[in-house]
Amino acid sequence: MGRSVLLIEDEPNIIEAISFILSRDGWEVSTHANGQTALAAIAKKRPDVVILDVMLPGASGYDILQSLRAVPETQDLPVLILTARGQSKDRDMAEKMGASLFMTKPFSNADVLEAVRALVTS
Amino acid sequence: MPRTSLTGTRIRDRRTLLGIRQTHLAERVGISPSYLNLIEHNRRRIGGKLLNAIAGVLDVEPSLLAEGAESALVALLREAAAETAEQGAETDQTESFAGRFPGWARLVVAQRRQIAELGRAVETLTDRLTHDPHLAATLHEVLDTVSAVRSTASILVETREIEPEWRDRFHRNINEDAERLAEGAQALVAFLDGASDARRTVQSPQEEIEAFFVARDFHFPTLEDADQTPEDIVRDAGELVSGSAASQALKLLQQYAEDASALPLAALREAVKEQGVDPFRIAAHSGADQGVVMRRLAALPELEAGLVICDGSGTLVFRKPLAGFALPRFSAACPLWPLYRALTRPMAPLHMRIEQQGRGSAPLGGNLFDAFAVALPKGPVAVNADPVFEAQMLFLPIPGDERELWHGAIVPVGSNCRICPRMDCHARREPSIIADGF
Repeated sequence: MGRSVLLIEDEPNIIEAISFILSRDGWEVSTHANGQTALAAIAKKRPDVVILDVMLPGASGYDILQSLRAVPETQDLPVLILTARGQSKDRDMAEKMGASLFMTKPFSNADVLEAVRALVTS
Repeated sequence: MPRTSLTGTRIRDRRTLLGIRQTHLAERVGISPSYLNLIEHNRRRIGGKLLNAIAGVLDVEPSLLAEGAESALVALLREAAAETAEQGAETDQTESFAGRFPGWARLVVAQRRQIAELGRAVETLTDRLTHDPHLAATLHEVLDTVSAVRSTASILVETREIEPEWRDRFHRNINEDAERLAEGAQALVAFLDGASDARRTVQSPQEEIEAFFVARDFHFPTLEDADQTPEDIVRDAGELVSGSAASQALKLLQQYAEDASALPLAALREAVKEQGVDPFRIAAHSGADQGVVMRRLAALPELEAGLVICDGSGTLVFRKPLAGFALPRFSAACPLWPLYRALTRPMAPLHMRIEQQGRGSAPLGGNLFDAFAVALPKGPVAVNADPVFEAQMLFLPIPGDERELWHGAIVPVGSNCRICPRMDCHARREPSIIADGF
């Protein structure tokens, strides 16, 4: 079971907080803040789980997700979508694009931890 | 019905309405029925005492019989009837309706005005809530900040042993986020306070800038004479509340000052006298930059002219509105505007006649405008670097009766898709609320 997470998020204080709780839980955390270069970062780091914000500078998280699902190497990569938009249409959109899990901001640390753990074991 | 109905007709109408026989009325006012008949058919003039007497019997103001209903009221009733022609208002009887029932007529007119105002308010509100990037961005930022605070605070509470460096860092983060949150919350409250009153205009930076320019009629005498600097003006402007609005307004005023020194007011007025209001002709004769001439014409207080400027992404960065030509507040404008056509063919000036359709346009076709547009490079031109273009469109109203004199094409354009009535437009981006309801 892999223990590496790539957090793609542009809000520095969220990055710090999530990195902290995941590291404390024994995860190897790397972060990336730019939507446009996110795919390259995923290809390079090959994480076990990706936490993906939707509103990113340069590209939408959904676009990134769609690109991930389009190629065999990342087709089954567990992706947790993290977004400030929690309406059912956003949830539907995430599902349609192939999100493994969907979580709305503001989230609780325990929920994020649980979600990441669940994604790796499933 | 044109206002040709005469006193006699109005007497007859009123008499029939009250069910009084011609002979009876004639008797009451002491004239022969045949004479009254001549009066009622407008074959005899009537005035003075006799008119007063007839008005007395018919229980109506003499002036109403002599002059008919107030012409403005009649005109407004006709407009109301034309707008909802499908209701089948008896337009041939408009004047007599206004004369007989002035109170009801005023009610129709007042309600029509109120409906128009409500329509505009709904338009503004839906526009704000669905398209205002300022609102969306602020909400998103508040949620992001709340997430960071919640996550960080629970780390501090739940982590039993935490290194002092981490603890200090998280304290700092929370403090930082709390400040951002306070700002975001204030911005939201200010926005929502304003949103509940659609007539309040100053909210987003764009609106602040527009209010600032409108209040000064887009003309700055102290910049023309170099008596004040753009910085002075921005500092003293009460409308520019946000930092973003102040910095954008400052840039626009710096441009204004540069333009004014390149083409001073006196020279511009002289050029308009000689060349007319065609900015390209003025530019060719004076050697001034086409963009400068367009902006200078828009700043000329005596000239009725609108101006829009967009950057390479099509976003409007400057707008000087003009009555009859609707500019969208937040949402994107009509892609058929010559402004955007100019953007696709940089440096090639366009002169077109356009007609804007939509609410408030005349029943027979829309409002007609002379439009001049050009896209010019912005900033310095560097070697092996693509220039960034900015397009400008100056538009001037044309009276409807000049329509016949123009032999070129008249290009129909809209304001933005949501309020545009042209359903079969190939450039349509989204459905119109006019067809689909709100």
